[in-house]
Amino acid sequence: MNPQDDRPVTPATGGGAHPTRREAKDAARQDEIRLETAAETAGGEVPPPAVPATTAGLGVGPGAEAPLMQRIMTGNALVAFLSVVLSLILGGLLIAVTDQEVASASSYFFSRPQDTIAAAWTAASSAYIALFQGSVFNFEGDTFTRMIYPLTQTLTVATPLICAGLGVALAFRAGLFNIGAQGQILIGATFAGWVGFTLHLPVGIHLLLVILAGMVGGALWGGLVGLLKARTGAHEVILTIMFNYIATNLVLYFLSTPAFQRPGSTNPISPQLDATAVYPPLLGASFRLHWGFVVAVLATVFVWWLLNRSTVGFELRAVGANPSAARTAGVNVSKGYILAMAIAGALAGLAGVAQVSGTEKVLTSGVAASFGFDAITVALLGRSSPWGTFAAGLLFGAFRAGGVAMQASTGTSIDIVLVVQSLIVLFIAAPPLVRALFRLPAPGATRAGKGGSSTSTTPTPASTGAAA
Amino acid sequence: MSTATTSAPARSASDATVRSWKNPIILSVVALFALLVFAIGAPGNDVTFRLSEENDPIVLPSIVVSAPVIGWVAALAMIALAALAILRTRSGRKIPVWVLAVFAVLFLIAFLTWVVGSARTPNVALYGLLAGSVTLAVPLIFGSLSGVLCERSGVVNIAIEGQLLFGAFAAAVAASLSGSAFVGLLAAAVAGVLVSLVLAVFSIRYVVNQVIVGVVLNVLVSGLTGFLFSAVLSEDSERWNSPPRLPVIEIPLLADIPVIGPILFQQTIVGYLMYIAVAVVYVALYHSRWGLRTRAVGEHPKAADTLGVNVNRMRFMNVLLAGVVAGIGGSFFTLVAVSGFGRDMTAGQGYIALAALIFGRWNPIGAFFAALLFGFATNLSNVLSLLGTPVPDQFLRMLPYVVTVFAVAGLVGRSRAPGASGIPYIKG
Repeated sequence: MNPQDDRPVTPATGGGAHPTRREAKDAARQDEIRLETAAETAGGEVPPPAVPATTAGLGVGPGAEAPLMQRIMTGNALVAFLSVVLSLILGGLLIAVTDQEVASASSYFFSRPQDTIAAAWTAASSAYIALFQGSVFNFEGDTFTRMIYPLTQTLTVATPLICAGLGVALAFRAGLFNIGAQGQILIGATFAGWVGFTLHLPVGIHLLLVILAGMVGGALWGGLVGLLKARTGAHEVILTIMFNYIATNLVLYFLSTPAFQRPGSTNPISPQLDATAVYPPLLGASFRLHWGFVVAVLATVFVWWLLNRSTVGFELRAVGANPSAARTAGVNVSKGYILAMAIAGALAGLAGVAQVSGTEKVLTSGVAASFGFDAITVALLGRSSPWGTFAAGLLFGAFRAGGVAMQASTGTSIDIVLVVQSLIVLFIAAPPLVRALFRLPAPGATRAGKGGSSTSTTPTPASTGAAA
Repeated sequence: MSTATTSAPARSASDATVRSWKNPIILSVVALFALLVFAIGAPGNDVTFRLSEENDPIVLPSIVVSAPVIGWVAALAMIALAALAILRTRSGRKIPVWVLAVFAVLFLIAFLTWVVGSARTPNVALYGLLAGSVTLAVPLIFGSLSGVLCERSGVVNIAIEGQLLFGAFAAAVAASLSGSAFVGLLAAAVAGVLVSLVLAVFSIRYVVNQVIVGVVLNVLVSGLTGFLFSAVLSEDSERWNSPPRLPVIEIPLLADIPVIGPILFQQTIVGYLMYIAVAVVYVALYHSRWGLRTRAVGEHPKAADTLGVNVNRMRFMNVLLAGVVAGIGGSFFTLVAVSGFGRDMTAGQGYIALAALIFGRWNPIGAFFAALLFGFATNLSNVLSLLGTPVPDQFLRMLPYVVTVFAVAGLVGRSRAPGASGIPYIKG
């Protein structure tokens, strides 16, 4: 369990016979704390990953006070940082091992080992420098615009990742494992695209309608899964995977009908969206960054509010923490499933809008790229908290944008980005492993031997579920 | 997902009526659909199902049926079954399983007749359809057996896709380097175990959420094989990526039996291993000490632990064993189907295997037949798109997935996962 679990969890209704409004509110907050704790420890079917300490403590007042150094050494941030470093090192090794220069230098490794090491260093570092140059700052650019262009590319790529990641994260918090973001993006993009190139409306209203259509499309596709799960008990993992394939084929079918094709053409590509239907550029025409990014920020704020401040969000988290307990407490679990999946779908639909009316401006079958699947890793890395997902979306956006540049300049396959991304998520999910590798002290102050302490610190479904 | 079924024994009477109306409604809707499309919309011509080729040792006559007759008979029979289901439900009794089975078979016959009848050439080789289905189902069956082994011991295995893909990759590389397909088969098993090892270490030792590990492992394997494919394999594909194929072993005489001969007795070693694996896993799971322990660990680890079974050790072993099974299944892609590895060549088959596992209710035999159904649906869509049907190609390709959704949501009902599946066990 996490250190902040030491907080008192008994309601603070100080013995008075008439609890005031404020006391009732406090009690509700305490409920929320317990819910958070339950969300971390209950052995639900697919328990949401633990929220980081910062979000868990939001609105709860001061958390557990510990010496600064100890908090840094045991905190999640350090583990996250080290996970990224470790993954980059492993990825670098992979690049070096498969490099041609390294291979030729290693043929005489025992006579001149430094050659091999130098070649390996060059291979890995040049790839990573290209990655950085392609994603954050191009220090070889001749104008300022060219220098910061990579950063805006990162934000552009991050936009759909954040939106779809929020959808996956929200569903997680309701205890649903939503693998269907890909299909929801596709259907959302199809709805949005159709409104964008078929209807011809005035400025403002058109874009608004496009966004709305995308959200409705995603929400329908996601909500259908929620409905099936709630009504028939079918497993959402299977349903969402199948709905991805169905969505892909559905979009291919739509693109084979005249209503979705350019006049006089039978290619599976839609007409350009109207100028009134696309996101305006955010930083001028020389950058591809569009207002969709602002929408993604707003979506993050909305999800944060929904989860942490609204009744609906409270109910969703209750369903996610323990469906049986939630049902006993009077929460409509079926409604919770449908609602969670519908909102998750709407968020993924926003990602579809970002693609079809922001980046691509036409509808093709590849409009969703693999954002829907990357969104899952984004949500996992963000530990299903809205701002964590936002940050993870930025990181993965940088990887993806930089990966394209890296592949172009050094010839290193962009697949290395997938390797690094998945390693990061794996390591972050297992803090004891990272701590053991870097010989960090385990949280909980006392160093209680080897196995026992490491398992008890893992913020995953814990003994309560297994023992029940 | 099992919570709803277990929570309301007290008000079972009202619950039963609420819940069991689902099947009659589904049956009625499907029956009406059949009446409209297969009967009223039936093509007027005859349909030919070939059972053998002319130069086969034993030649069977082809089955020729009239599309409207079959359509009307099947649709009316389905309506009768739906009516029976409604009557049974109204009187508060259960719908017998045979009603569902007969209904499904009728639907299949009517659909096949209708869809082949409306094609440009209303003539299809039934034996080829079936044999192709089994071939396509081989990796699915291995994958879902891997899932059975894991989930029965309480570990959710989403990483089937990764195990298949890594198995396929290792088989291709090892077989190319050694020049022997059997070395490739061995390497595939080892690769499956490697993926399993990561799954086991993270989900059992470090109690990370099993679904998360599985999903991430799939991404990791996809990235790793994709990277190595472009950095190594495609640089010198003659050396790294030209594996020899596994030979087809034909059992004399038995292979000449029409229809079932090619399915059962004309396979590569992977195909025979598939039948053996299904039988062995089934027998071992339900009739051996190991199987009893596995199921105990998956259903109620605390009880098993109390009786002296080492829960996490048992799970670790089972997950590794599952890696062997799925890895061999992966070798099908590079040693049987095509000769050579391609980027992401498993194309989501691991997820379909997962669906087959659930559709088959966590039972090896059930998973076997569920995987066969998916193989059949996939093969049917391939064959039909060659025949030239009025149904758009994309809808045919959707078929396996729509079937899965109907299967998981509708006919299969509330299947129950092993009790402790997905929940890590922490002693104490």
